[in-house]
This record gives sequence, C-alpha cells and structure tokens, in this order.
Amino acid sequence: MTSNIYDNFVASLTQSIHEWLYHVMPPTWALISEMTIIGLVFLLFYALVGLFLVYAERKVCAFMQNRVGPNRVGPYGIFQTIADFIKLLMKELITIKNSDKLLFNIAPFIVIIASFMAIAAIPFAKGLHAIDFDIGILYVIAVSSLGVVGILLAGWSSNNKYSLIGAMRSGAQIISYELSVGMSLLTIIILAGTMQFSEIVQGQEYGWFLFKGHIPAFIAFVVFLIASTAETNRGPFDLAEAESELTAGFHTEYSGIKFAFFFLAEYMNMFIVASIGATVFLGGWMPFMVHGWDGFNTVMNYIPPSIWYILKTGFIIWLMMWFKWTFPRLRIDQLLTLEWKYLLPINLFNILLMAFIVLMGWHF
Amino acid sequence: MDPEKLKERVLTLIPEAGLEESKQYPTFIVPAAKLHSAAISLKENEDTAFDYLFCQSGVDMEKYLMVVYHLESTKHGHAIVLKVKTEDRENPVIDTVCDIWRTAEFHEREIYDMLGIRFANHPDMRRIFLDENWVGYPLRKDYKDEVNIVEL
Amino acid sequence: MKEVIHTPVPLVEEEEYHINMGPQHPSTHGVLRLVVTLQGEIVKSLKPHCGYIHRGIEKMCEKDTYPQIIHLTDRIDYLSAHINNHAVCLLVEKALEIEVPERVKYVRTIMDELARIQSHQLWWASFGMDLGGLTCFFYGLRDREKILDIWEETTGARFLQSYYTPGGLLWDIHPNFQKDVKAFIKYFRKKIRDYDNILSGNVIFRERSRNIGLMSKEDAISWGVTGPSGRGSGWSCDVRKHHPYALYDKVDFKEILYTEGDTLARYLVRMDEMRESMNIIEQLIDNIPEGDFTAKMKAVIKLPAGEYYQRVESARGDLGLYCISDGNKTPYRMKFRTPSFSNLSVLDHISRDLKIADLVAIGGSLDLVIPDIDR
Repeated sequence: MTSNIYDNFVASLTQSIHEWLYHVMPPTWALISEMTIIGLVFLLFYALVGLFLVYAERKVCAFMQNRVGPNRVGPYGIFQTIADFIKLLMKELITIKNSDKLLFNIAPFIVIIASFMAIAAIPFAKGLHAIDFDIGILYVIAVSSLGVVGILLAGWSSNNKYSLIGAMRSGAQIISYELSVGMSLLTIIILAGTMQFSEIVQGQEYGWFLFKGHIPAFIAFVVFLIASTAETNRGPFDLAEAESELTAGFHTEYSGIKFAFFFLAEYMNMFIVASIGATVFLGGWMPFMVHGWDGFNTVMNYIPPSIWYILKTGFIIWLMMWFKWTFPRLRIDQLLTLEWKYLLPINLFNILLMAFIVLMGWHF
Repeated sequence: MDPEKLKERVLTLIPEAGLEESKQYPTFIVPAAKLHSAAISLKENEDTAFDYLFCQSGVDMEKYLMVVYHLESTKHGHAIVLKVKTEDRENPVIDTVCDIWRTAEFHEREIYDMLGIRFANHPDMRRIFLDENWVGYPLRKDYKDEVNIVEL
Repeated sequence: MKEVIHTPVPLVEEEEYHINMGPQHPSTHGVLRLVVTLQGEIVKSLKPHCGYIHRGIEKMCEKDTYPQIIHLTDRIDYLSAHINNHAVCLLVEKALEIEVPERVKYVRTIMDELARIQSHQLWWASFGMDLGGLTCFFYGLRDREKILDIWEETTGARFLQSYYTPGGLLWDIHPNFQKDVKAFIKYFRKKIRDYDNILSGNVIFRERSRNIGLMSKEDAISWGVTGPSGRGSGWSCDVRKHHPYALYDKVDFKEILYTEGDTLARYLVRMDEMRESMNIIEQLIDNIPEGDFTAKMKAVIKLPAGEYYQRVESARGDLGLYCISDGNKTPYRMKFRTPSFSNLSVLDHISRDLKIADLVAIGGSLDLVIPDIDR
C-alpha cells in the first residue's frame, strides 16, 4: 500500500480532538460531545454543499441554454443561492385547509433526514467519514430509500390531486429503480468482495473498479447512472414534479422553508448518489494510479484525496445535470417499461457475467 | 363544379331553399325545419360533398335572427353559404348540425352564448365564454350593458 | 331573459376523479381551463372551459371603423399579428376593389412568413417545455428575438405591429430590412439544425409523440382542424394554396403534408413549414419592386352593403373573417372564425384513454393560443 502524505494529517487531527475531549471530561460526556460535533460539522457541510449545488446547477443550466445565469449577487452571482435561502426562510409557511396537518408538517423532515443519514457512511478521504460500517452500501441503500416515504406523505397529506399523482408516480418510480441501483452496486460488490466503503476504496488502489471489471462493470456503471438519476427524481425522470403536467407534483402546496427542504434534499440526494457512484466505480478518494509507474503515482499522490473525491463526484453530478437539461421527460409507463423490461434483465444478466468473470479470474 | 351548376344542384337537393343575391359564394336560405335533412343531403351527396363547415356564425338582423353556415367541399373545392332565419326572439330554436360536422358543437355553443339561439339535440347546450348566470346575449343589437359598454 | 341551462355534470364513475388543468397551469399556455376526468393517470374525458380572456372583440368591431379593427385583430392571435392584420386589409380591399401596389404585396408576404416562422419558433420552444425539455425554450426564444428585432426596426413594435393598413402599409420598410432578413435566414438555417438535434432526433421525444393523439383525416375535416395540425393528418387545407392571396400564387412552395396524424406528424409539419417559409422569403426578398407603399385610399372607409368573407392562413390554420356591412363606416357584424377555437374542440376526442402526460403533449402539438380561442 502506498502511503499518502495527507493520510496522517486527517487521522492525527481527529485523534488529537478525541484525546483532548476524553482528557477534559468524563467518557460519557466526551462521547456525546464528539457526536454533537460530528453532527454539527455534517449539518454545516450539508447546507454548504446544498447551496453550492443549487448555484452550480443554475450555472450549468445557463451554460447549456446560452444564458449567463445568476450574475448579480456577488462576483459571478455566487451569493445568489444564499440570498434565495434567506428569502425562503422569511416566506410565510402556508397551511392548507383540510390537509393532514401532522403528516404535512413532518413530510419534509423525513425527506431531509433520509438524505442526511446517508451522508454518514460516505468516505471523503482516508479516515474521513462518520461511520465506517462493514455493510456500508447496504446501509446507504436502505437509508436513502426512506425518502420516498416523505414524498408519499407529502403528496397524500397536501389534499391536492396533483400532489397525489406526483407522489404515486414517485412511489412507483423509486421502488422500481431502487432495484436497479442495488443490483448494479451488487455487481461491484461481487468484484470487490466487501460492502465496506473503506475496503472498496482500498481495493481500487491500482485501477478503479470501472476498469478492473471491464465489460460488466461498465454496464453496471451505465445502469447505475440511469437508475440513480431516476431515484433522485431528476430530469428526464422528474415525473414526480413534472411541472408541465402536475404544476409541481408532490411539493405543489409547500412554501417557504418547507419547500426549501424538498429542494435541498433533491440536490443532496444527487450528491449522495454521485458520491456512491464515484466511490464504487471510480475509486472514491483514491488517486488515479497505475501499477508499476512509480513516478506517475507519486505525482498523483500529491493531489489531496479530497480533491480527487470532489472531482469524481463533480463529474458525475455534471453528467446528471447534463441529462436533465438535454432530454425531454419520459412518460410513466415508459419509465416503468425501461426499468422492468430493460434495466432489470440486463442487470441480472450482468451479475451473472460478473460472477463468472470473478470466478474465472478474468478481471484485471 | 361551376357556380351556376352548383346552384342548380343544390336547389334540386333542397327544393325548399331560396336563392339569395350574393357576390362571393352562392347563398341559400333554408327553412329552419328543413335544415338538418338538407345538411345531411349536402354532405352525403357525392357531387356536392360539403364535408367542411369552415364558419358558422350567428347574426342579429334586428327583424330576425340568423345562423350562417359556410360550407366547403374538400373534394371538389367549391363552397356555398346556407342561411337559416328565425323570427322568434324570445325562444329561438334551430336544429343542431353538430352530428354532421363536429366542429359545429363549439360554434353552436358560442352562438347560443352570444345570441341566445338554442340548438335542438345539441349534446352540451351551455354558454361557452360567459358565465352560466350571465343575463342577456351580448351580440344582440338590443343588448344593453351600462357598465361595460361605453356608448359614444 | 334570464334562462340558465345547467347540463348535469357528468357523474364520476367508480375510481374516477376530476382535476382542473388551468386557468393557471404551466401547460395550457394561458388561461384555458380543462376539466379532466381521470382514472388513475388515464384521461377519460375532458371539458374545455373557455372565456377567461374573452374581450368581446366581435362586439367591439361593431362600434369601430375598419382601420381601428386592424388594431383589435393583433390581439386575437398575438403570435400571427401580421397575418390577422392582413385578413382585415384583404377584406376591405376586396370589398372596395382596390388593387394594392406590388411592393406592398411583397412586403406583406415576407412579413407574414416571418410571423409564421416566429410563431412556430415559440411553439417549438413551448412544446419542448411541455415535454420537459427546458433547454428548447431558450433556443426557440433566442432565435425568435432576431425576428422581433427586424420587426421593431421596420414597424416600430415587437409584438402587436398593426403595420398593415387597408390599401397598403403604414410606412415604408426600413433601409436595412432586406439585409437583416437575409442575415436572419442565413443564421436560422444553421440554428434549425440545433432544433432537430435536441428534440426531433431524441429517442425519448420520438417515443413520447409517436402514435399519440391520432387524428384521422376525416376527423380533422369534421372538427375543422386546420393549419399544421390538420396537415399532419394528411388534409390539404393550406389556404395559401387553395385560395391564394398576396403573392402566394406566384411563389413556389410546397404544402407540407404528413399522413400519420399523430403528435409527431404535427410536430414535423411545423418544422418543415419553418424551412418552407424561409424558402418563400428567399424568393421574394431580393425582388421587392420600387413603388408606393400604399394605394390611394379615401379618408373614411365605407364598405358597400353586402357580405364579405376573407380567409387567410394564419400560423395556426384557417382564419376566416365574415363581415356583414350595411354601408356604414363600421361593420354591421364581424365574425372571426379563429383556427384555435376549432382546434381546441378536437382535444377531447383525440386525447381519450391516454395518459395525462400525453394530454399535455397533444395540447402542445395543437398549438393553441388562448386569445385566439376566446377572442
């Protein structure tokens, strides 16, 4: 294993905070305050990434559409999303008559909590993750699919038919595409032999799984891209909020900060699936290294792992934005046909192929 | 078919029709009672084949109310005008033609809305533009609306 | 007089429900309201409710002189304002038997075709948006802007021009007009390929629009669905070909016909019509003859008593003006037969038993302009 010059930095930083906390207070309090600190850091991170992604989307979309995009608030409009956020905070929260108040109010929180929980398992650099589960992938899949409950509740409790149609569409869509996401990740788990994110990344030291698993890994990557775009309810699969058909789908009746929660959760879900895609297929924070090219590998190692991680995740996010601003929207029956008649059989076959290749040792 | 022949042909198909002086299209006045059968025969006959109702308008001529049908044949390219008059201003009723030309369904609703001519056997005889409880028929010449219409 | 007829609201069958699409809804492009009966996502029937933007233009016409009426026609179908103006001018000129100068005919034909192109551009933009392709909207509007600039230069207005007067034009064309139009054609011939790349050739778009909203030729004729929507069903209904006005009998152009009758066919008709309109403009733009920009007209225009009917091909179809004159300076009765009104009536028929997403696609492919329905 090549040691990275940045590895020790993160480890020693977290270690020293840990020791200092245990030094100044009793173990229980130290544990609680450690958890609080981690939670706050992630909350801040979550908000910042969300704000940045909204800004990035608007700039990318403007680029695709021959526009300038936000350019008034701050240099290149970088504070635009902060201004929007403040505006959303100050907006009135409209309560709908005859809506199911309790469900209506907790729905946005369920959506946002689901996406927040998923972040915990993602490794941003060596040792930089909240929890390193040995069933990391399973955990992420399980937690991220909780969001659909929030969407269904939002659609149901709004007492609006558009919302209900949107929520039902979203339910059908997410439950279907969950399968494809899971199966395409399963393909790589067969190759990696583990579900732990840290080991998956470590296994890609000399060659990302996309290259190691060649044909089946590539198929899995394409399927993963399609299915994860669908799972995050983004165009061309944004049927749940198809604004030309359902005005805004499940969040039609939400206003102010509750709407912002849905909005933020959509972007964070995109960030999470892009992170998983980058981690599982493109080596996560692992630099691009080739076995035997020591000089090249050293140069690559000088780029911090977090930068590698951001670049890879950013690439996948950019791909997803490109999809959204290029393709028209699918219809609900076409969407389900695509999943059940094409992606799922391809996936099942692909798993067999991967298992066979791993068995015969034909991967790199 | 040239206009003179067409006139003759239409008059043999609808013997009750009266010819009216006109510059552009041959114009016939059809009794209200005969309208529906006349319309069917004009559409069904091979050499007239008026399959396209390109305009249907209601007119208030003050002495009487009138519905004007502009018909064209997409096969032969000729066009005629049918006029149906009714002197009853209180409860004018004319047979619908929307089973023959489906486009009439909306046009007849508009005529009912604006001139108050009702069409018998129409599937959905409601106002189309104005409110259900609007009083009066705006395109009639005796329509008065002090609020919305400024008389100069 | 008060007589309200309530037809019973169609009872909702089991597992059916109504939704209101409109009057404020992104896909109705204005204040049209569709009461849709749905079963799940399947459209069982729909009832259009019009009149949200009804301004009683026909009643207003009875008080206005003919030059004033031109300004009202702009507001009927604001996307083919020039063509609507043209209809009134032709009606008056036909009634008074005035021969307009050649130059006027050239300019009017070019302006009409520019109006058709920009209308189709805006339709393409919004149709793409209806199907979820948001980028289309900006492409379409970007190119439409060029035409509006050309118009602004010559007519002084970007949207509601009222540039034609009975007998001619308000004033002569701008010296840059020919140069600008030629530059635009060169530009747009390149850009229309982008349109094909981003939407026409897209698999999702093809699957969304093929075999959706099938309308046979007989249906199109019976419902009076004219214009590109009718020609997508194979009905040769181009007024420019069958009842030529201005210079349409002199220029060489094809009437675009597709026989499939689905949403894709209606889409392709409009795409080809944009190209065909550019061909027409190219034939004329270099040959605009010198001469007066208006014929000699009396100060007060009075039409001889009688009935007049004038048809033009607006961007949406067969626009008819039916005028009864009693010899005064205002018409006795003016009726506008607007294409969108008839095109709307077929929507219920062709969208039954399809999904709600298809309804949006079909509504987009009929290219409805709401003031054109309501007048």
